[in-house]
Amino acid sequence: MLDDVAIRIRQNIGIVTAVLLFSILYLLYNLAHPKGFSSAVLVQNGDEIFALAMLAMAQTVPVLASGLDLSVGAVMTMVGCFASYLLTGAAGGTALHLDIFGLHLGLGTFPGGVSGILLGIVICLAIGALAGFVNGCVVVYGRIQPIIATLATGAVYIGIALFLRPTPGGKIDEDLNWALTNSLGDFAATVHIFDDGAAPWFAPVAWIPVPFVLLVLIALLVWVPFRRSVLGRAVYAVGSAEGAAYMSGLPIERAKIAAFTLAGFFAGCGGLFLAIQTSSGNADIPQAGAYTLNSIASVVIGGTSLLGGTGSAIGSIFGAMVLRVISFFFRIFDIAPLLQPLFEGLILLAAVSIGALGVLRVKNTLELFR
Amino acid sequence: MPDVTSSHPAFLTLSGISKRYAGVRALEGVDFACERGKIHAVLGENGAGKSTLIKIIAGVVQPDTGTMRLGGREVTFATPSAANAAGVVCIFQELSLMPDLSVADNISIASPPRRFGLIDARAQRRRAEELLAEIGCEDVNPLMRVRDLPLSRRQVVEIAKALGKKPQLLILDEATSALTSADVEKVYAMLARLKAEGVAILYISHRMHEVEALADRASVFRNGRHIETFDQGRRSTADIVQLMIGRDIAAQYPPKPARGSPKPMLAVDNLSWDKRLDRISLSVGAGEIVGLGGLDGQGQKSLLLALFGVLRGVSGQVTVEGREVRPGSPAAAKSVGIALVPEDRKTEGLMLPMSIADNLVIASLDAISTGPLVDRARETDAIKRAIARLQIKIGAPGDAVATLSGGNQQKVVLAKWLMTDPRIILLNDPTRGIDVGTKQELYRLMRELADQGAAILFYSTDYDELIGCCDRVAIMYDGRIVRELWGDELNETNIIASALNIDAATPDTPGAAHA
Repeated sequence: MLDDVAIRIRQNIGIVTAVLLFSILYLLYNLAHPKGFSSAVLVQNGDEIFALAMLAMAQTVPVLASGLDLSVGAVMTMVGCFASYLLTGAAGGTALHLDIFGLHLGLGTFPGGVSGILLGIVICLAIGALAGFVNGCVVVYGRIQPIIATLATGAVYIGIALFLRPTPGGKIDEDLNWALTNSLGDFAATVHIFDDGAAPWFAPVAWIPVPFVLLVLIALLVWVPFRRSVLGRAVYAVGSAEGAAYMSGLPIERAKIAAFTLAGFFAGCGGLFLAIQTSSGNADIPQAGAYTLNSIASVVIGGTSLLGGTGSAIGSIFGAMVLRVISFFFRIFDIAPLLQPLFEGLILLAAVSIGALGVLRVKNTLELFR
Repeated sequence: MPDVTSSHPAFLTLSGISKRYAGVRALEGVDFACERGKIHAVLGENGAGKSTLIKIIAGVVQPDTGTMRLGGREVTFATPSAANAAGVVCIFQELSLMPDLSVADNISIASPPRRFGLIDARAQRRRAEELLAEIGCEDVNPLMRVRDLPLSRRQVVEIAKALGKKPQLLILDEATSALTSADVEKVYAMLARLKAEGVAILYISHRMHEVEALADRASVFRNGRHIETFDQGRRSTADIVQLMIGRDIAAQYPPKPARGSPKPMLAVDNLSWDKRLDRISLSVGAGEIVGLGGLDGQGQKSLLLALFGVLRGVSGQVTVEGREVRPGSPAAAKSVGIALVPEDRKTEGLMLPMSIADNLVIASLDAISTGPLVDRARETDAIKRAIARLQIKIGAPGDAVATLSGGNQQKVVLAKWLMTDPRIILLNDPTRGIDVGTKQELYRLMRELADQGAAILFYSTDYDELIGCCDRVAIMYDGRIVRELWGDELNETNIIASALNIDAATPDTPGAAHA
């Protein structure tokens, strides 16, 4: 039994390292923060972490299959722009229209109220998944390298976002914003459950930030089942040795499409949250690019090999949290914010170097080039 | 064909199977059958067509002509999984495992046990434990990643994976080559059990004592043809070796000079590496062509890579013209005058999209440069001379090297190294997949280079070529040099006998008188 535990730790050393690194950094951060260890700080951090954590999960899945998805930031941005039309929650609904080629096409009224908001959320997530599905099809049936395919589709998605929101704008239901970006207690008070959050049994958990709860739910309800499905196994197998996966009769093409679709879904979750958090839609191109690059960094810090086959989306969540906590430090210590990229880069280098130590054990140097 | 008639109906029957790869014959009109409850050995030299035969049976490649019947019904397998579904399971030489997945994951990869639609990790682990126990290798922990297992254990996992598919026809292609002798015994016991259960077993092995110990029948292949099938015990080992050799028309080789006592150029003393090279001692003189023979995968390639500085952790001594060298990289090996024509010219020998000219000068840029700049005039001149010397047939030097035929590509690889003026030339099966005409040009060139004072170490899977080209041949088995052959001793019977590490070549054995 002890053997098994040792094996599991050794195999997941990347994730373990990321968790330890995050724990140490976050502990130090809270110790140094004047209001450390309070729900308020936790809530603020949760809001800042969520979108990147989602994008890190998104990036993980194609990377496990030896691909790279450069469109995750674009999908996030596009879904956010859609959300700024569909999640207004306006009582009479929202009139949607399409202005294109000089035409003014009415698209009817999107329902408002709670049911409208729920429908809007489902549609936004479906758009994310659809964008990922398109990526997967381009890669598999177009036989185009993932990095190029998603570079192109990412530009298309940004284009759609710009078309939807040439300038930042739109609106998100205020209650929705309040309910999802604060603590569980605030959530309960907003949606009127558990005596508006005042139920005595609820008090011990009322301080937990909603974004953390969402993160855990998505990880448990989406990632964990996927990892244990045959398709999820096939994704790992493709990333590990595609030829062997083929010889074992695995559905290689379906696995790749599933990997990109799931990436689109996670990126959509991130975009949805970002729109809700900022109460608007914004086709922010630099932001999309930064999120994409940070998602790759998070994946690597979280112990997933860019060669594919090993790693986990859970590790990537911690990778994202490590990246974010570094930026938190700039707020409490009086360091010039301009130095932030420099420190982030150094920490990324250090984290990646640990992962590269295995190269020293290779006995046939030709294997380094395969 | 003197086939032994049998009272039992055949389980698998092949009739008239032919297969060509890019015009080269791999199998020609093969009729073959095997039965349930029998272990059937398939024998033949490298390139005799054994691999193609099992690839066709296992659905990896499709035959050009011919039919295959399984249990009386005609079948065609488009993919390996189609073959698996019909009960045909093959354990290939190149392992089909995914290194990053665990042992349990790999064993159940095709059809994992499921609960509520998801993979049941616990059931999967139990299954792996059961299958490993069936082979007698309970010591493999199913949680381990395959990457972290030694080669011998990986092969055990491969066997367990095949067992898990409940085969009706099990094919083992050199499946015991990497196993320890203790594990080999366990696999024998397992095969005996499967045989008793009525499974048909095809066993491909180069180890004659294994075949003798296991097989009920054996079939010999040569040059893509089925030569003979016989029951175990009907043929002596020497007979079998004769059947495997046949009498082929020999290629034309340049004459060998009289054997003098060349001054040593390359001397290897007690070289070992990672359990795969075991205390190798060998010397190659200036003007000498020394062959490396033996079965595939006995350490010949590793030896060449070790000399070329590719391997880490090599122990022992290497001297070039009496001075000890210890190349730690191909660049260092090049600087002491060693050149290697590598195994895979497409990935290790050439940069396929780059031009012929670029490929030719890539290893000798220092020699044609002034400071950091390549001297265009000297470059053009060097390229012209190389193309003329090797008679490389090309359109223009600026064409991509990928446009050349295999033979001409190989000439480019060799020419690239000749431009570095090497003292020692290592050749890793340079004539594989090359037409006869170009082969003969290469033989002539090798002899010419030797005459100019180079020391050549030449690994080939073609015995005929070793006999025709080499002054001396060192036979490797299991990482060791088991025998050196020269003069009259350098003949096919002796090479095959030494390669199989058996003693079939004693003069009083009937059949060994040929040569």
